[in-house]
Amino acid sequence: MIRVAVIRFPGSNCEPDAHRAVEREGGTAFYVFHRETDLRDADAVILPGGFSYGDYLRSGAIARFSPIMAAVERHAADGKPLVGFCNGFQILCESGLLPGGLMRNATLKYVSRPVDCRIERTDTPFTSAYRAGEVIRIPVGHGDGRYAASDEALDHLERRGLVVIRYVEGRLLDAPANPNGSARDIAGISNPEGNVVGMMPHPERLADDLLGSTAGARVFTSLMRWKRPALVTNP
Amino acid sequence: MTFRIHVRVMPRRGLLDPQGQAVEGALKALKFTDLTNVHVGRAIEFDLVAADQTAATTAARAMCAKLLANPVTEDYEIEVEPK
Repeated sequence: MIRVAVIRFPGSNCEPDAHRAVEREGGTAFYVFHRETDLRDADAVILPGGFSYGDYLRSGAIARFSPIMAAVERHAADGKPLVGFCNGFQILCESGLLPGGLMRNATLKYVSRPVDCRIERTDTPFTSAYRAGEVIRIPVGHGDGRYAASDEALDHLERRGLVVIRYVEGRLLDAPANPNGSARDIAGISNPEGNVVGMMPHPERLADDLLGSTAGARVFTSLMRWKRPALVTNP
Repeated sequence: MTFRIHVRVMPRRGLLDPQGQAVEGALKALKFTDLTNVHVGRAIEFDLVAADQTAATTAARAMCAKLLANPVTEDYEIEVEPK
């Protein structure tokens, strides 16, 4: 059974959704407080959405120095799955685990609505249960979601195929496909190894039949399929 | 010695600054028409004890690189003033 640590920062508010989505897919989820320093043998880590530290200074800027983040960085360096949704994505960018940054939405408005997104990469621990090119409709809710990076960095992401999920023109009326002005319609990216993924949309918020769609659930189905590397070699 | 440090953090030039645009639009609506290139940033101030001006500047720069500014999306300027 996959053990998933959901990190709780002061101001996180999507951690119960993430916890529930993991358990619904058959995993074991548990909360780890930001002051802790040990991930308690987690196979995977989720940095949940919310407003860690009130979004003071910049979204995610202070959370990245939380005591637990050293363990999260080691976890990522070991090649284990790490995902950030929304504020979690902001924390991953601030910590340098993912390139680029997330700036104020181009409209200056907080945006809370469904978006249509295309799954661009299915070889990550969080997207393997989707079909490549599949378009899913999941919610966003953020004020600072405009993905920005230098042109060279964006070209690099595209060349290496590190864009995992992208806003696309769907059938949503009266709303632009790209909700925040993100460069190249980027909704989520991964590191080159693919084990660290960040995205602005909230798949954990749409992972139960009760809500009329389970479009986000396969992020967690994907994670349940992830296999711990069988062979551990000593350096 | 104690120094007063002024840090000015601005959105990286060339990146879209919707706050700056909105403020510019508002100023123009108030008939302040002779202005362009409005940008909105953040000012941070603090007192710092350091051996001399150079040490104070070095410390402030390290704070900016690590926390106060995001090197991907922001530029910063530091002013060090003896108290």
